[in-house]
Amino acid sequence: MANTTQIEAHSVGKMFGDFHALRDVSLDIKEGEFLSLLGPSGSGKTTFLTMLGGYQNLTSGKLLLEGQDMTNWSAKQRGFGMVFQGYALFPHLSVAENIAFPLKVKKWSKAQMSARVDQMIEMVGLSGHAHKKPKALSGGQQQRVALARALAYEPKVLLLDEPFSALDKNLRGQMQEELRRLHRDLGTTFVFVTHDQEEALALSTHVAIFNQGALQQIGTPSEVYEHPANRFTAEFLGDINIMSLDAEKGGVAGTKIDLPTNASAFDHIALRPEHMRLAGETDVNKLPVTVRDMVYLGSKSRLVLETKAGEELMFYIDNGPGLPPPDLGAGLHVAWDTGDSFAL
Amino acid sequence: MRPYLLLICPVLLFLGASYLLPFLGIVQLSFTDPDPGFAQYGHVLSDPLSLGVIGRTLRLCLIVTVVSVTSAYVITLLWVRGSPLVRMITELCIMIPFWISILSRAFGWLSMLSNRGLLNTWLQDLGLIDSAIQMTRNEFAVVVGMSHYLIPFAVFPLATAMRNVDERVLTAADGMGASRLRIFWQVYLPMTASGIMGATLLVFVFSIGFYVTPALLGGGQSVLVAELIYLWIFQIPQWGMAAAMSVVLMIAVGGILYLLIRRYEDVTP
Repeated sequence: MANTTQIEAHSVGKMFGDFHALRDVSLDIKEGEFLSLLGPSGSGKTTFLTMLGGYQNLTSGKLLLEGQDMTNWSAKQRGFGMVFQGYALFPHLSVAENIAFPLKVKKWSKAQMSARVDQMIEMVGLSGHAHKKPKALSGGQQQRVALARALAYEPKVLLLDEPFSALDKNLRGQMQEELRRLHRDLGTTFVFVTHDQEEALALSTHVAIFNQGALQQIGTPSEVYEHPANRFTAEFLGDINIMSLDAEKGGVAGTKIDLPTNASAFDHIALRPEHMRLAGETDVNKLPVTVRDMVYLGSKSRLVLETKAGEELMFYIDNGPGLPPPDLGAGLHVAWDTGDSFAL
Repeated sequence: MRPYLLLICPVLLFLGASYLLPFLGIVQLSFTDPDPGFAQYGHVLSDPLSLGVIGRTLRLCLIVTVVSVTSAYVITLLWVRGSPLVRMITELCIMIPFWISILSRAFGWLSMLSNRGLLNTWLQDLGLIDSAIQMTRNEFAVVVGMSHYLIPFAVFPLATAMRNVDERVLTAADGMGASRLRIFWQVYLPMTASGIMGATLLVFVFSIGFYVTPALLGGGQSVLVAELIYLWIFQIPQWGMAAAMSVVLMIAVGGILYLLIRRYEDVTP
């Protein structure tokens, strides 16, 4: 089942007045996938999610569900589960009543309904809270209710709009774990909007990166992180060091460097900080740099290094036993393997 | 004593002098005039006339409250959720009555509803009725006049509640497949319950003290408590009875308020 395409978007576009909220987005979502829509605010990711759910109309393009054209289907016809930003729980109903609401609409029998509600409450770990109103619950608990309500009628697809944005960091991590577990256990397709790249990389099987209404890249987390398709993706995901190539494209900042094969067609090379190391005797790519700043982060320290061309690089060193940290203004050599760098 | 308490002293003094003292005077009057003791209360609470008036007042005020709050709910829905044009028109309809005095409005309804009024004349001219329908000097006219006055007041608490409704909750309900009817009855209405409660409170308490409108439109046919108190003060001077009736009224309103406010806290989301 893991390989059947469930949802296809073909050149989907959305205009608000003459503003392109979304332009020409095409992507496939496979059954059972956990797809994160990642991008800065205003990138169109939430617009795309609400259009998938049927809460907004497309201006152009079409959407297919299991091969059928669902472009003009309403949200209820699509029947996807949705977890809204801010949860959108019914404030006047208890936890159990909130979860039962969609089942009541779908005319489940009393017995089936109460069994299912109990099961969902159990599943999201809210036993003992069934009769509380949402306002008596913490943010994390409300989030669980929203999840349980959206999953209660076993939708084929669950859409989540920045579900964790209101939670503090620890709770966020915990909820992410639970979401992964739910996804593993249920096998439902999850489409998840977030602006937090770590969250996207940690949770999903696939990540789609949006910027200014356009899809930049889609792939597995390691694909998009290690082989970014363009400068935006490279800079948006994690830390990246970008260095201008010298005019004759033989190196960086006056030092000859072994460049990736296609570098001659580009002006920059990029490199993740974790692929850099302090240069040793045998290293080929050795770049002289000066330490400009150092930030202590606990287990590691972040150094800001400056090349001879005046460009800043980010570099992490472990704060273990070993070499003492370098002084500000000290000169160092950093090195990397050519295969870890890429031209942009 | 905290220094800021000093700042509210003038207000407290003013309220004390203008409300509390006269009120204590009334309480005193109710226990002393003409006989010391509970005789006045005994009379007010046993005399069939005054009991009838209290009963009628409560019944009419309840009807007025239901009519006002229900109409105001519909009007507020238009005001809060209508198209821009509908909103503007509704807003005018809510605001304009505030600029017209209660007396003019009562006379307005009189000229509309009386036997030779606009409505009866039109209906007769159109041949729909043979002789005028009695629409004034009765409870119907009082309910119409009072509701008309009170609806704009009910609009504001309702509007506050409706504006606080999170649109996403309605979207969520719609996405789960709930019909518009179900969304209204099971989601929107309960979510605006605090506004309904507030409007009910305001209108009910307000309506109990009405004097001009029932006096003009009721034409003496439907004597309400305020009119009876007036009668006891200005026409058959029995100030002790009037005072006792005022105190009874106040306690009744206070009790109802207390009950409603307790309930209000339950429904506030």
